[in-house]
Amino acid sequence: MDPVLSAVRLTVREAVHTLSSSEDGDLIFSTLGSLKRYLGETENPALPGEQEEFARVHFSAFLRCLVGKLSPDWLELLPNGQLEELWASFFLQGPADQAFLVLMEAIEGMAGPSFRLMKMVQLLARFLREGRMAAVMEGQCRQQTELAFPLLQEALVTKVVGLPDRLGNCLQRENLAEFFPQNYFPLLGEEVVRVLQAVVDSLRGGLDCSVSFVSQVLGKACVHGRQKEILGVLVPRLTVLTQGSCLWQRVCWRLVECVPDRAVEAVLTGLVEATPGPEVLSRLLGNLVMKNKKAQFVMTQKLLFLQYGFATPVLQSLLGYLALDSQRRPLLVQALKELLDTWGSSSAVRHAPLPQQRYLSKAILICLAHLGDAELRDSRDGLLASLMAGVKCRLDSSLPAVRRLGMIVAEVASARIHPEGPPLKFQYEEDELSCEMLALATPRPVADSPSEAGPSVTPVAAETPDKETVDGGVPQARLEGSDSELDSDDEFVPYDMSGDRELKSHKAPMYIRDCVEALTTSEDWERWEAALQALEGLVFRSQAATREVSVELAKVLLHLEEKTSVVGFEGLRQRALVAVTVTDPARVAEYLTSQFYAVNYSLRQRMDILDVLTLAAQELSRPGRLSRAPQRSSLDPPSQPSCTAAPAWRAVVDERIRNKARRFSKGCPRRGLAGSPNEFNVVAGYFFFPLLRRFDKPLVTFDLLGDDQLVLGRLAHTLGALMYLAVNTTVAVPMGKALLEFVWALRFHGDGYVRRGLLSAVSSVLLSVPAERLLTDMSDELLEARSWLADVAEKDPDEDCRMLAVKALLLLEKLKDKLLSLSSP
Amino acid sequence: MAAPPPPPPDPQFVLRGTQSAVHALHFCGGAQGQGCPLLLSGSQRGLVHIWSLQTRRAVAILDGHRGQCVTWLQTLPQGHQLLSQGRDLKLCLWDLAEGRNTVVDSVHLESVGFCRGSILAGGQQHWTLAVPGRGSDEVQILEMPSKTSVCTLKPEADAKPGMPMCLELWQANSSSRPLLLAGYEDGSVALWDVSERKVCSRVACHTEPVTGLDFDSQKARGVSGSAEKALAVWSLDEQQALQVCGTHKLTNPGISDIKIRPDHKILATAGWDHRVRVFHWRTMKPLAVLAFHSASVHCVAFAADGLLAAGSKDQRISVWSLYPRT
Repeated sequence: MDPVLSAVRLTVREAVHTLSSSEDGDLIFSTLGSLKRYLGETENPALPGEQEEFARVHFSAFLRCLVGKLSPDWLELLPNGQLEELWASFFLQGPADQAFLVLMEAIEGMAGPSFRLMKMVQLLARFLREGRMAAVMEGQCRQQTELAFPLLQEALVTKVVGLPDRLGNCLQRENLAEFFPQNYFPLLGEEVVRVLQAVVDSLRGGLDCSVSFVSQVLGKACVHGRQKEILGVLVPRLTVLTQGSCLWQRVCWRLVECVPDRAVEAVLTGLVEATPGPEVLSRLLGNLVMKNKKAQFVMTQKLLFLQYGFATPVLQSLLGYLALDSQRRPLLVQALKELLDTWGSSSAVRHAPLPQQRYLSKAILICLAHLGDAELRDSRDGLLASLMAGVKCRLDSSLPAVRRLGMIVAEVASARIHPEGPPLKFQYEEDELSCEMLALATPRPVADSPSEAGPSVTPVAAETPDKETVDGGVPQARLEGSDSELDSDDEFVPYDMSGDRELKSHKAPMYIRDCVEALTTSEDWERWEAALQALEGLVFRSQAATREVSVELAKVLLHLEEKTSVVGFEGLRQRALVAVTVTDPARVAEYLTSQFYAVNYSLRQRMDILDVLTLAAQELSRPGRLSRAPQRSSLDPPSQPSCTAAPAWRAVVDERIRNKARRFSKGCPRRGLAGSPNEFNVVAGYFFFPLLRRFDKPLVTFDLLGDDQLVLGRLAHTLGALMYLAVNTTVAVPMGKALLEFVWALRFHGDGYVRRGLLSAVSSVLLSVPAERLLTDMSDELLEARSWLADVAEKDPDEDCRMLAVKALLLLEKLKDKLLSLSSP
Repeated sequence: MAAPPPPPPDPQFVLRGTQSAVHALHFCGGAQGQGCPLLLSGSQRGLVHIWSLQTRRAVAILDGHRGQCVTWLQTLPQGHQLLSQGRDLKLCLWDLAEGRNTVVDSVHLESVGFCRGSILAGGQQHWTLAVPGRGSDEVQILEMPSKTSVCTLKPEADAKPGMPMCLELWQANSSSRPLLLAGYEDGSVALWDVSERKVCSRVACHTEPVTGLDFDSQKARGVSGSAEKALAVWSLDEQQALQVCGTHKLTNPGISDIKIRPDHKILATAGWDHRVRVFHWRTMKPLAVLAFHSASVHCVAFAADGLLAAGSKDQRISVWSLYPRT
């Protein structure tokens, strides 16, 4: 046997013996001191062979022995904590990986808080503070690959990454702040940077090094969901360090390449999120997507199609990264193709939630901004086909947000993919989203911003020159009179001028029949307009006369077309129709509902019918309707100012009357609404049931269950609203029953808008039908509805649907509570 | 814009009893301490009503135009003398002193148009009168009270501006040369130098006949209205050249009269759309729309203290107090 080895063994055995038997502080101190030689860093260190032998074979065992000795009495053997300092130095100066493992093992092995546990924990904290974690990792990096013991490395990785969890488990409430994940992982990030620095240094020195251990640590930490903490430290440092240093870049690439496959997604997601832009991402990742299949899958599929929670800058980094290198550009083209395929599939439009559609659309626009015309031209036909398919699906959708998305993407994408063709142009309202999307579509938004700001400035500029010339024409005159003019602007506060309208000739008809005649036959457009404008007021004023011609009038109004550009034509027509319906509800509602399923109406007219029915029902069910004067239309500003002016004179008049009048009794003046029957009660059936009659029988031009799902959605909403307005009426129970059947028939409809309507209809059934009747008359339907609601609340792709379903479920719960509390006493 | 605009104002009071459409209004007295302030109104049926603004009743009715419409009323600065122009082709000079109301003099006019006259009186015994002349496009200048025809201002043969529609005699502060602003049938406004009998400048302001104009000699700026939907503001530079500064859109077409308040702060227009519009004179910012009358407004007038009167076809005279002078 090698004499060196046996000498070391002998010394260690003696020391262990002394430690276990002796109570003499000085002896223990000197024994430990002699062993310290094997760690180096003393004045007369042991031979390198001895040091290595000690570290390889005896160090862990000796450390365990040291841990075993730790007790208050033992530390008191020498004053001033000399012994503790010496004891700790073995852990802090010896081989870091072994020390770390022993420390962790000891801490985990101890049950319950004790003196020893606290000492060990403090030692571990010191271990971290003194940067020994870097030494742990560095040691693994320096090991030759063949010498590394994979199982040990794996245990080490687990312990390094799992440290916060393990300590949290051991210490419970006694845990130190250093071991909280939000503190530990940033520290780990710093240590990783130091290790990488050491690796870079030794590579410069010509020594071989591997970063795979660091990659494993990084991967594991990211899998544990600590991307933000660790990469938040790591990425900014690496961003700086890789700038202009090829070696650093290569180390970085290697670091990401060595990440184990199962951690690739976590690491890449974290990196893409943490990097400030595509250039940096490209520096950090290199051509990783070309080398690693898994990375390619994550970058081109998972982050684009399967996840959609990322902010737009993340998408920009990701796609910008793909665009930055010529090798990676084919991937970008491929991604655009797949994106457009998905975007164009009608089932995706129907089933994907709106945020995902938005995410996809943004990705498409960013891709288009990055791709050159030549690249687009090569695959133009395919792209255009899927684009058009997608546009069609979206324009058919009943959700305005989806439609708008389709319009924006269609405009931008068609201009890029097919620049020679006639430009598509849609009318949509500009809002935050559309501005953001359009900004994404321009490759260099910074350069374009001045031209975009242009149009918004011009209207202001157009007004100013006018004023300037007015004032500037007489400079000398202004100087003379300026003293009195400078301060004069404030005193001239303009009065309200909203009543200043164009003067119409006085041709407004005074009778309903004149109105009808004017609307049907008149060629005199001023008269026609005046009739339309006067109609609502006339209907309310002469109700008896209206009843005589109500159905005829409703027919005229329903078929009325906008012949001149009257301001607010739609509103006028709708209000007039509502007024007629309210005046003669039974007959007009019967007529309107019969027309809803008649042939030869446009969708617009059918939806108008639904709107009018809802508004009229609302008006009819409004409490205290009769006692008040008919509502003035809100579009009538002259009446408003006089209303605000009224109280002043009213107060004066009231005061005068009070002073002059002699009263014999006092009491509060009678106010408040007198109770009156719900007028909707009598006629609710006319409004409701005919609408349910034929929704499943398609006409030539009108197929509710087919293409015209927008109207079906409106119908569902209308029925829900009518149900809600029929609260406290006798007809509510059969209505509720019929409505639940309607809902049941359509519950799996593919369109989100329709489902929303159905859900709100269920809610209104729950609100309107008395609880006892719900239980007795439609318990089966309720049970079915409940299971459906639960299903929707969980699985529906549409967020609003889920929300509505949850609300309906809550209503059900409340109902249950109410019934229970009723039955219990 | 924190506070909402105040509601449109109501008239301070309304004078009824002319029993026909009001075509001319004129304030007199009050500020100069000539007794109680009066408002004079001329009606379609040829009567001139003298209203006391204190009692708000007519104190006298002058009948001097044989039932023909009175189109213009003007008092002379000496007071107690009133000029009234009627469609009976007569311009009467009334003596109102000490309760008299007799015609002391009259001028025979030779134009049947609606053009109102204009006077320039420097406080002396003599004053200058401008009235439409015999030829359809002429303006006649008379020396009063001698009724001497000083000159006839006739546009050059090739100008063809049509009839004069409104006249405004004035005098720059610096010189004593009388100048005449005339609005013509073709929509142009011309500046005449009366003593040289020539047009200094002419500018096309409207496409329709000019129906009313007023001029602010302090700011060298004037405003004119016509049958169209806009007001024109024009200015006069040192070379006596007119130029249009801008036009201001109105909601409804047709202006029958336009007046700048004596303190040059605001101006009012009488509209065919039954409304009186008030603008800030310097900025031309719209300040108020006075919707009281039920027929077109024919004339507006400002008193020296800032009171505004409007006379309308609906036979009423509304009196408003807006933005009182401080």
